[in-house]
Amino acid sequence: MQPSIVRLERVTKTFALPEGGMITALKAIDLDVRRNEFLTLLGPSGCGKTTLLHSISGFVQLDGGKVSIDGEDVTERPPHRRPVNTVFQNYALFPHMNVDKNVGYALDIAGTDGKERGRRVGAALELVGLSGLGGRLPRQLSGGQQQRVALARAIIARPKLLLLDEPLSALDRNLRQAMQIELKGLQAELGISFIFVTHDQEEALTMSDRLAVLEKGVIQQLDTPRSVYSRPANAFVASFIGASNLFEGAARSDGTDMLVVTPNGEHIRAAGSGTVANGQPVTALIRPEQFSLHNGGNGQPAAFIDADVEQIVFTGLNYQIHGRTPAGRKVVAIIAAVHQREVAEIDAAKKARLTYDPAGVQLIGASGGEP
Amino acid sequence: MSGATQRQRRYAQLGILLGPVSLFLAIFFLCPLAIMMIYSVLTPGLYGGAEWAFYPDNFGRILGFANPEFEVFDPVYLSIFLRSLRIALTTVAITLVVCYPAAFQVSRLPDRWKTFALFLITLPFFASLIVRLFVWVLILKKTGFANMVLQSLGIISEPADLIYTEGAIILGMVYIFIPFMFLPVYASVEKLDWSLVRASQDLGANGFQTFWRVIFPLTLPGVIGGSIIVFIPALGNFIVPAVLGGAKVMMLGNLIEQQFLSARNWPFGAALAMLVMAAVLFILFFYIRLEGRRGDDAPALR
Repeated sequence: MQPSIVRLERVTKTFALPEGGMITALKAIDLDVRRNEFLTLLGPSGCGKTTLLHSISGFVQLDGGKVSIDGEDVTERPPHRRPVNTVFQNYALFPHMNVDKNVGYALDIAGTDGKERGRRVGAALELVGLSGLGGRLPRQLSGGQQQRVALARAIIARPKLLLLDEPLSALDRNLRQAMQIELKGLQAELGISFIFVTHDQEEALTMSDRLAVLEKGVIQQLDTPRSVYSRPANAFVASFIGASNLFEGAARSDGTDMLVVTPNGEHIRAAGSGTVANGQPVTALIRPEQFSLHNGGNGQPAAFIDADVEQIVFTGLNYQIHGRTPAGRKVVAIIAAVHQREVAEIDAAKKARLTYDPAGVQLIGASGGEP
Repeated sequence: MSGATQRQRRYAQLGILLGPVSLFLAIFFLCPLAIMMIYSVLTPGLYGGAEWAFYPDNFGRILGFANPEFEVFDPVYLSIFLRSLRIALTTVAITLVVCYPAAFQVSRLPDRWKTFALFLITLPFFASLIVRLFVWVLILKKTGFANMVLQSLGIISEPADLIYTEGAIILGMVYIFIPFMFLPVYASVEKLDWSLVRASQDLGANGFQTFWRVIFPLTLPGVIGGSIIVFIPALGNFIVPAVLGGAKVMMLGNLIEQQFLSARNWPFGAALAMLVMAAVLFILFFYIRLEGRRGDDAPALR
């Protein structure tokens, strides 16, 4: 096993609210960040992801626990003596300094001599594609350029670890997607670990080697993007990552398959029997893209849900079909755009029979949630 | 065509908005100023007033090129000028030292307390300046409160000369001008983006380095603004030295007042006033140059 670059042990932080009362931002969090990995902290606002980031950079005083960077205990060290650098959410570029001074700030503080400084600033600007803009002030740059300056400034001191606090949230969609790929490339080129904070699940899935989903100060799941998506640990993760159709109910076995029976009488079929004891509460997850449209022929499909179609949204790549089961539960199905004709039919009929493969249904919540 | 009419409309709007105040300033500021300028180079009349003849010796008397036939160069005027400069600069320095850290403290208070603190700082404006200054007379005089306390504590045996000193004037000036320094300094401190301070620490700067490289340069406009707002009225102030300096410590303001009222030498008083204004303009000019340079930085370096 490679030793981890960052290790958090039972890290705890509680904030006093201005109205009185306390809020626990981090509840005894354990986390190991591997060398040279792109780790994303994902969660809704207020889940503690920024506090977790600050506990590594040193901007919060912890109430308990231990933070080690590269094997050294840094729990009591102030931010300026930790070997990590941060790309801030609003970039936090020094408005009174030009790009050259901003990027070279860490070197100026360290007293790096002029020739070496010039060389490294030049190299950092080249790396982010801003050569020749050293004389500009931050306000004379576009949002994307400011983003790159912040990046160059954060990597110039060759930190052991780069922290990124929602750095792409202020960019428009196209630029954000371009930057996602660039950041990933940069991380591979620099060979250091990135810890990336975001509330955007698509961003997290695109870029990460591993993904930690946070909620209420607790890491709900830490795994590769694919595993988190296909095998969510609980209902929160399932609903936060990707659109989900969740059916809470009680488990029942019919001999070959598991059935999840919801209180209003719907049956969801999941492959594999005997994984959940009869009568246990369990939640079945069907991703929208797992549904297909029943074409009417070939008799009864193995597993299906009937829905009244409420709305069909065309996104270019596919159709999002928003419907409601006879019992009144909302369901979402995503059907590829090539099935245009079938979609037109259900649009006319306002009724759809959504079939799914029981082998793809995830059971969440009860012990042994994986079939 | 329509662009031209639109521009005309804009000019008309501007004219309506700026017209009254421009007119007011032209009549009640520029005209008297022009009169003063003219007076400063006129011959003082024998019994007050002025005679319509060019007379550079008003300035000569102060600056040392007086024609001895008419006027005598007296270094006392320059020494009053220097003393005024010294008192004004000391006032600026002390108010700055008091207000700068206080502004940081206030800016970090919860909103409710912030408003209250600002109210407290502007509270002195609600009482008359003269009344407030005479309170200082009561405190500082020979049998005043300060001497009483110092004597009863056994620190001094004889009452000390606290009032009618340069120190008393500076004390009074600082007392009056603290709100004038505080408000601009506070405005720039309040605006300070604390994420920049974090960024600086994150990049390895300790508290001192962060202060000099980030916090101070970014709050400098408020510091300069406050300094100017305090310096200009402090330099020409005559109420504070009149009340707390007595006849012993005179400042430019008192000298000018004396020339106009008791000595009835308007041309000489006008000349003194012109010199005060020249000093202020000189300083403002430097400030504007400095500000201009900060703005032009980028293209020059590119």
